[in-house]
Amino acid sequence: MTNVLELRGITKRFPGVLANDKIDITLREGKILALLGENGAGKSTLMNILYGLYKPDEGKIIVRGKEVEIQGPNDAIAQGIGMVHQHFMLVPVMTVTENVMLGIEPVKNGVILDKEKVAKRIREISDEYGLEVDPTAYIKDLPVGIQQRVEIIKVLYRQADILILDEPTAVLTPQEVEGLFKIIDTLIKAGKSIIFITHKLKEVLAVADDITVLRLGTVVGSIDPKEATSEILATMMVGRDVNLVVQKQPAKPGEPVLVVEDLFVRDERQHLTVQGVSFDVRKGEVLGVAGVQGNGQTELVYALTGLLPLEAGTIRLLGEPIHHTTPRNILERGVAHIPEDRQRHGLILSFPIHDNMMLCTYYKPPFARGISLQEKAIFSNAEALVKQYDVRTPSIYVNAGNLSGGNQQKVIVAREFSRPIELLIASQPTRGLDVGSIEYIHKQIIKKRDEGSGVLLVSSELDEILALSDRIAVMYKGQIMDIVDADKTSKEHLGLLMAGVHPSEASIKN
Amino acid sequence: MTNDNIQINSAAEKRKRISYGIALLLVGFVIYLLFGLNTQAGSLTTFGLNLTSSQAIKVPDLIVPALPAIYMMAAISVFAGAYQLARGVRSTGWLISILAFTFVVAFLMWAAQDKSFNLTGMLSSSLVRATPIALAALCGVISERSAVINIGIEGIMLMSAQAAVISATLTHNLYVGLIVAIIVGGLVAAFHAYLVIRFKVDQIVSGVAINIVGTGTTSFISSRFMQSAGDTLNNSGTFPIISIPILSKIPVLGPVFFENNLIVYLTIILIVVVHILLFYTPWGLRTRAVGEHPKAADTLGVNVYFMRYVNVILGGMIAGVGGAYFTIGSVGRFDEIMTAGKGFIGLAAMIFGKWNPIGAYTSSLIFGFADSLQVKLQILRVPIPSEFLLMAPYIVTMIILTGVVGRAIPPAADGQPYEK
Ligand SMILES: Nc1ncnc2c1ncn2[C@@H]1O[C@H](COP(=O)(O)OP(=O)(O)OP(=O)(O)O)[C@@H](O)[C@H]1O
Ligand SMILES: [Mg+2]
Repeated sequence: MTNVLELRGITKRFPGVLANDKIDITLREGKILALLGENGAGKSTLMNILYGLYKPDEGKIIVRGKEVEIQGPNDAIAQGIGMVHQHFMLVPVMTVTENVMLGIEPVKNGVILDKEKVAKRIREISDEYGLEVDPTAYIKDLPVGIQQRVEIIKVLYRQADILILDEPTAVLTPQEVEGLFKIIDTLIKAGKSIIFITHKLKEVLAVADDITVLRLGTVVGSIDPKEATSEILATMMVGRDVNLVVQKQPAKPGEPVLVVEDLFVRDERQHLTVQGVSFDVRKGEVLGVAGVQGNGQTELVYALTGLLPLEAGTIRLLGEPIHHTTPRNILERGVAHIPEDRQRHGLILSFPIHDNMMLCTYYKPPFARGISLQEKAIFSNAEALVKQYDVRTPSIYVNAGNLSGGNQQKVIVAREFSRPIELLIASQPTRGLDVGSIEYIHKQIIKKRDEGSGVLLVSSELDEILALSDRIAVMYKGQIMDIVDADKTSKEHLGLLMAGVHPSEASIKN
Repeated sequence: MTNDNIQINSAAEKRKRISYGIALLLVGFVIYLLFGLNTQAGSLTTFGLNLTSSQAIKVPDLIVPALPAIYMMAAISVFAGAYQLARGVRSTGWLISILAFTFVVAFLMWAAQDKSFNLTGMLSSSLVRATPIALAALCGVISERSAVINIGIEGIMLMSAQAAVISATLTHNLYVGLIVAIIVGGLVAAFHAYLVIRFKVDQIVSGVAINIVGTGTTSFISSRFMQSAGDTLNNSGTFPIISIPILSKIPVLGPVFFENNLIVYLTIILIVVVHILLFYTPWGLRTRAVGEHPKAADTLGVNVYFMRYVNVILGGMIAGVGGAYFTIGSVGRFDEIMTAGKGFIGLAAMIFGKWNPIGAYTSSLIFGFADSLQVKLQILRVPIPSEFLLMAPYIVTMIILTGVVGRAIPPAADGQPYEK
């Protein structure tokens, strides 16, 4: 068995952070290496070095036994290395074909792009690896699962045989994850080698041939998946025992905080994506909203937080209508929001952490006095929150955009939880987070519930919904199929509802 | 989507439908009140279709009874408005076209009643006046497609215009003037690119600086050297009219499209060539990718900075041709600030044309039309103060930018420096 790829002693420093510290990893030919590690452990940094996007400060890269110099993506591509990035690198207003051909465009008549040739090749690759896509579709019209296929096709089109998949499953629905695993299987059968990064331990155990764990920029060890369990992996990653099961007492629900009646909402493309939704959230309970992504959950949350106008219906918070008021007014009435798209709606990436920590209340004392901001109060607030919520950062003056994904999420949670709230709306609150952070955020959500806040939890992870919710609403095609008690349901039952099976039939089948 | 079967009309859409309907009705009434009531019954408007200097086959002039024509325009507008209120049309383009067409035709009928108005002449001069606007717009399209904003086009055109006339006068060769203008445009744009790409200077600040420097230096050189030495420095002559055989014989179309000078033809060729380059070649694909999502292009090995340099410089060279038009392409002499805001109108045409070369050219033609209409009306002695007529092209710019374009979507990364 030969090693197709070895990284030896890779070191990378960012201002104030040692992101990679003498890292060694080995990828065997035709195998899947899973790379695990906490948020900010340095996984993406390492992969970006391998792909030529960052220059390492020290260390060497050995491909098929030969040391190589990788100055930029072109060199990596020439070495047969391809990468699917954590945040997709696709041009939304261009077609699949255009995205795939970008950078190595074939031409006919000397100058004109030969799109047909590329489209034909895309169809061949699709057939060979089971990656179904329409080469003429525009990226912006495709769901994330298909966009990811386009990313994989991009890599295969360049004839890569070493594939880096950086958190490919974080944004996928369970069905799409299944599909991806099938694709990975065919890739391995075709002789490709894969580096696979994920935070989902079950996936690691399901697909990996080798596992290497990083922590704080160094390799803590490698382990054979046959000997590993979720608990062992979690402990290796975080450096302490992690409780993978959420501890909570039965809820003591009070009166309703949020009452939604007959809500209709249109999305930005004017499609009516929420169609007549009614439910309530009571004090001291968690109402989970389950459903395959794209069934109206996003627009529902946008409507509740004032980010999208209603088409029809009412939303009442503590008895008062809030559907014609502004997002700020909604926040001031005690609604906290952990948005689904943290980079777009949760943070200002080019602002330092300390400013992000007071975005909801910057205009009020102690952060502002009259028209002037109070730096002292802002800094001490940020220092305290960073400590309390264990945000891994060299300082509070770092821009939010330079934090790892998980730590960005912690900044949002810290900000939203640090003011008195009546209702917490958490949308995919643990997407892309490591087990340690998930444990922490879950605990915080339950704590808010026990303090008497209402919690609306939207998640496409069934495990998360079942672990936290007291009642569960299942959304399908913009409507609520059913609301069930969490202790009287099962994953299978929810799965049927999520697939659009009518509640009466769903319970018979169980 | 099947979801849309549920009919809840969005409020915004309804409002838009009603406001377009009302606008059309209003225009109908305005046509009646302003032009209908002020036109003598029985007066005739003559539209000349021949140019005296042209080789085109002569055709008889078009003579129209003014009042009935005005009433007809008012009726069309009112009818379209009523239809829109009752039923609603999807395409706003049609509504705006009807609105503009009825108003302009009625206006011309009124303005030229009992007089003769040379339509062919006006169309021909529209095309000529659109030329510098179109070149400025094309410069904007090329650089903004790669995400670099260049508002220094006005300054670049001024400097090129002056360089062209001086070099052409000194060498007695207009082609040398044109080439010098292109080089000057490319160099100034290269300087802009260097500042905003290498040092990430704010793109607006750099553009404004180019405009200030451009106006300042050209005015200084002009007043210090060119005025006293008019014949040795500032008298180049202009490119001759080239009549295209056969085609120029076609009535109306011939004089408008096929009897022009080199720069007008060059502009049309450039528009077509850049359009093809932008949408059908590797260079264009990379340019658009760099303008939309530079990081994605970078991960595929496309050199973002290199693409931006090339595009900004190419844009500058095209603006250089635009500068040359002002001097060696039309009057053969440089006057201070002779570009008179055409660079900025070009940017408006770029936006109106949705960052697309052909779209930009079409909108340049509209601006050119407004400009030449204004000149013609002054000659006709229309009872509107000439200051107002001079404002016409700019008012058209503002109306188009605020009302018609609505949400024109620029390249996603437009104006943002790229950080690795
Ligand atoms: N461009 C940058 N400038 C400064 N610091 C950076 C930059 N990119 C990453 N870092 C820092 O380097 C460390 C490693 O980040 P990296 O993105 O590699 O983590 P990760 O393991 O991929 O985490 P996640 O699972 O959250 O994606 C983090 O502390 C991060 O803040
Ligand atoms: Mg990462």
